[in-house]
Amino acid sequence: MSDATAAEAAPSTVQVTINGIAVDAQPGELVIAAADRAGVHIPRFCYHERMSPVGMCRMCLVEIDTGRGPQLQPSCMVPVSPEMVVDTTSERTQRAQEGVLELLLINHPLDCPVCDKGGECPLQDQTMAYGPGESRFVEEKRHFQKPIPISDLVHLDRERCILCDRCTRFADEVAGDPLIDFTERGNETQVLTFPGEPFSSYFSGNTVQICPVGALTASPYRFKARPWDLVETESTCTTCAVGCRIAVQSSRNELVRYLGVDIDPVNHGWLCDKGRFAFGSVASPDRVTRPLQARTPSGTTSDIADAEPLRRFQPTDWASALGAVAAAVKAARPGAIAVLGGARGTNEDAYAWSKLARTVLRTDHVDAQLGDGLPAELTVGLPAATIDEACNADTTLLVCGDLREELPVLHLRLRGAARAGTTRLVEIAPTTTGLTRNAVRSEQCRGGEAASVLRNLLDGDDPLAGELASGSVVVVLGRSSVSESAEATAEVAAVISARVPHSRFLVAARRGNVRGALDMGLAPGMLPGRALSASPPRELAAAWGEPPGERGHDATGILAAAASGEIDVLFLLGADPLTDFPDSMLARLGVSGAGMVVAVDSFVSQSAAEADIVLPAAVFGEKSGTTTNLEGRVSAVGELVTAPGSARPDWMIAAELAVMCGGDLGFLSVDEITAEIGAVCATHASAIGPDLAADGVLASGAAFEPEFPPEHVAPARDAYGLRLVCSRKLYDGGVTVGQTPALESLAADTVMRVHPVDLERVGVESGTEVEVHSDRGALRLPIVADAGIARGNVVVLFPSPDIDVGALIDVTAPVTDVRIETRGGEASR
Amino acid sequence: MSFFSEENRSLAREIIGRYPKRRSAMIPLLHVAQAQAGWVTEEAMVEIAELVDTTPAEVLGTCSFYEMFKREPVGKYLVNICATMSCALAGAAELMEHAEERLGVRAGGTTPDGLFTLASAECQAACTEAPCLQVNYRYRYRVDADGFDQLVDDLAGGALDDEIPPHGVTARVRQHIPADRAVGAVPPEAVNEPPVWMAAPAGNGAGSA
Repeated sequence: MSDATAAEAAPSTVQVTINGIAVDAQPGELVIAAADRAGVHIPRFCYHERMSPVGMCRMCLVEIDTGRGPQLQPSCMVPVSPEMVVDTTSERTQRAQEGVLELLLINHPLDCPVCDKGGECPLQDQTMAYGPGESRFVEEKRHFQKPIPISDLVHLDRERCILCDRCTRFADEVAGDPLIDFTERGNETQVLTFPGEPFSSYFSGNTVQICPVGALTASPYRFKARPWDLVETESTCTTCAVGCRIAVQSSRNELVRYLGVDIDPVNHGWLCDKGRFAFGSVASPDRVTRPLQARTPSGTTSDIADAEPLRRFQPTDWASALGAVAAAVKAARPGAIAVLGGARGTNEDAYAWSKLARTVLRTDHVDAQLGDGLPAELTVGLPAATIDEACNADTTLLVCGDLREELPVLHLRLRGAARAGTTRLVEIAPTTTGLTRNAVRSEQCRGGEAASVLRNLLDGDDPLAGELASGSVVVVLGRSSVSESAEATAEVAAVISARVPHSRFLVAARRGNVRGALDMGLAPGMLPGRALSASPPRELAAAWGEPPGERGHDATGILAAAASGEIDVLFLLGADPLTDFPDSMLARLGVSGAGMVVAVDSFVSQSAAEADIVLPAAVFGEKSGTTTNLEGRVSAVGELVTAPGSARPDWMIAAELAVMCGGDLGFLSVDEITAEIGAVCATHASAIGPDLAADGVLASGAAFEPEFPPEHVAPARDAYGLRLVCSRKLYDGGVTVGQTPALESLAADTVMRVHPVDLERVGVESGTEVEVHSDRGALRLPIVADAGIARGNVVVLFPSPDIDVGALIDVTAPVTDVRIETRGGEASR
Repeated sequence: MSFFSEENRSLAREIIGRYPKRRSAMIPLLHVAQAQAGWVTEEAMVEIAELVDTTPAEVLGTCSFYEMFKREPVGKYLVNICATMSCALAGAAELMEHAEERLGVRAGGTTPDGLFTLASAECQAACTEAPCLQVNYRYRYRVDADGFDQLVDDLAGGALDDEIPPHGVTARVRQHIPADRAVGAVPPEAVNEPPVWMAAPAGNGAGSA
């Protein structure tokens, strides 16, 4: 009988009454959350729906009656219970709210007119809505030194702080960087960092956004604008491939701030600091604003270019620049045109260039990746998993770079999932990563040997094999190093697919819209809609005609062909192979060996400086369209500011170039392209219209099954050498960081990191500059000990702001082994 | 790693071993650090953070919450004179005045020889013995001016060395709990049942009664 009543009494919802409204709440749901869902706002400072409640601020006191009469209780700490009656507007509640606000304002300075938060301040707003209107406090307020920097990006004004524990809780719970904490006690309590250890978290900007007062401010936005003067549009961040939803805000046609927008499937409202502050590069004075034409042909004046890249160029107009390009295109030999890049634009940009290449330029030599991703067929064709699925799989296998450095918000999601126990993380990596602490298991391996480690685990009697076989598995798969071949990573997919056929993959593509570019066919042998050129879908064939027959080269092939004089026109679509392509020797030979180099770029990057023509491109914030994140989720990006000078979106350049070359792409606006994508790509049929806002639309399925490369045994080890691992850092040597004033100084130093035992074998002190040799080249770099590096690896940042690490890498070799020589020239042992 | 002495480092390891979570050892280790140096140095906090696997900011947060962890150097003897009601009525203010004169420092100050730090304190729960004071938290009852002078002479001369250890030393005889004698606390995440003494809830609470 008791079983029957228990079953009856365990309903899926709990009936509560809030302000006379009957509300169906979830069991365990907090009163404040249930009220939010019912449309009843309870004022709050410390409560945040993505963090655990603490009951610090007492602002959410409401009268709650659970059968013992109404009592004031903090609604952020009390879960709903059956027949609970809540009154958020009773007289006692109002008196409590007035009292709490009067107390909070005892020490809070009333400097709203000069406070950045003024106008969007929860304390200001709630004081107006719920406050007593006057204070009985006449004494002197508490004083602290006005804003102190607690990191390079965040300033703290302790006088304004109301000690709600949001920032400190975020730093500890969500970011995992508890570098700020409450110090002292009572009236002296204040948030502080440890002396000499700043709050240098990759996620520090979030604390500014969730601060309910003006205590935390971000240096790029301080005193830049007032909230009521801001123009805003909702968009999707394209700094990396996670695709966080953001609100982009501008003032006087200049981007001034990004705020995270909370969407369930992706970012939960959080952003990384690179994404949040990278808007600084949009207004950089170094932007290309007019088409540039080289006075001298490429490859002849690199010494001048090094000194002052712009001196090589003279500004011109679009008609003559595009005319020169069109003439070169017409004069080019068949199959001698190539397009590199396209991962920085929108889906529409990628589609337009894909169509231009296949239908007008008649070439299949296109590649959105620069030898730093997985083979396109795998990225697009592997059975796909979403971020949510990765966070809820029985096992999530991480075989990728350090996600905290490469895809920070994915790192946050997986970290949160591991802490909540919704998934178990198993990691195979050449170094410890940001998630190592949260992984139930972390296997270290030499660079390029993840596949053989995994094979040994799954074929042996390791318990992992059984765990994977019996539960759901999501593999986060990415290149952990560009100094090992893509095949090494593809082999991981092959090993897993053969042994755990039900596993699904979340490909950790890095670059902003690389997934969208691949989906739009910017890879050799691929077509829009995740189709292969060998078997084009009917709708696409009807719109595009016959695709160029032979499968073209990938980035490596294009650069190799260009190096041997087989490419007459090389388009660099926001691509900078001299910085980003792993093998810098091949990149240099390729860029200088191509007949004409046309760079479509927003900056005169290292590669653009070697180009014959530079066409100014509009960037994020200056164009609308759609973007695709690493899951394949298509969402809208918004246009808010005007591109400088005559810079224009990539798709427009493609459309005009098509006309100049005697073709016609058949669209005149972004919306027409979005519609055409929906019409010709079965995968994107629903990725149109208003659904693209908010959560976006998950484009699913692929028109083919990927073929895996054959498994091969691990490459032979060089017994005396070390394996080169090129790891990424969030703040790297790329253009985004270099052109953003707020981030520029944060770029990581280039050092080589090795395990302390390996350093002992080298026989020098940590920090000594040594010479490192590979089969390809040599560099001088400081070497430091780091216990987080697996034995046998040497880890270097790529791309580095000041050192050409690519000089060591031969992109055709499966792995890169290096030898370390000390200054005296003794060999490493 | 350079702050803790060899002996204290192994003591730290033993203390950490008593807890299912390393972080739980933070306060005991702060005591060890204070016992070693007389106060808690930044260097010590950094090292404790490393030992208990957290950030120095969290160690500072915890350390600064507690009045008895000193983050500035204090004298070998910390003299806390009670200034709360009973003692105040029984002459605490005069005692403090005398102490200031005798030691030549104001309340809160440390003598130049580093021997004494004088401080005013809240009630020390010895109201029947007012005015009272503590030297390194060891009580002295019904202290008058002469008694204070005698106390200072005894402390400076070493007559009370057996009774009152230097500031920071909590106990002379340290408790050693070998691993096999520890109570075997389970990590919080491994606890999924209510304690045995708590009756299992009938049905689901309010509705079923």
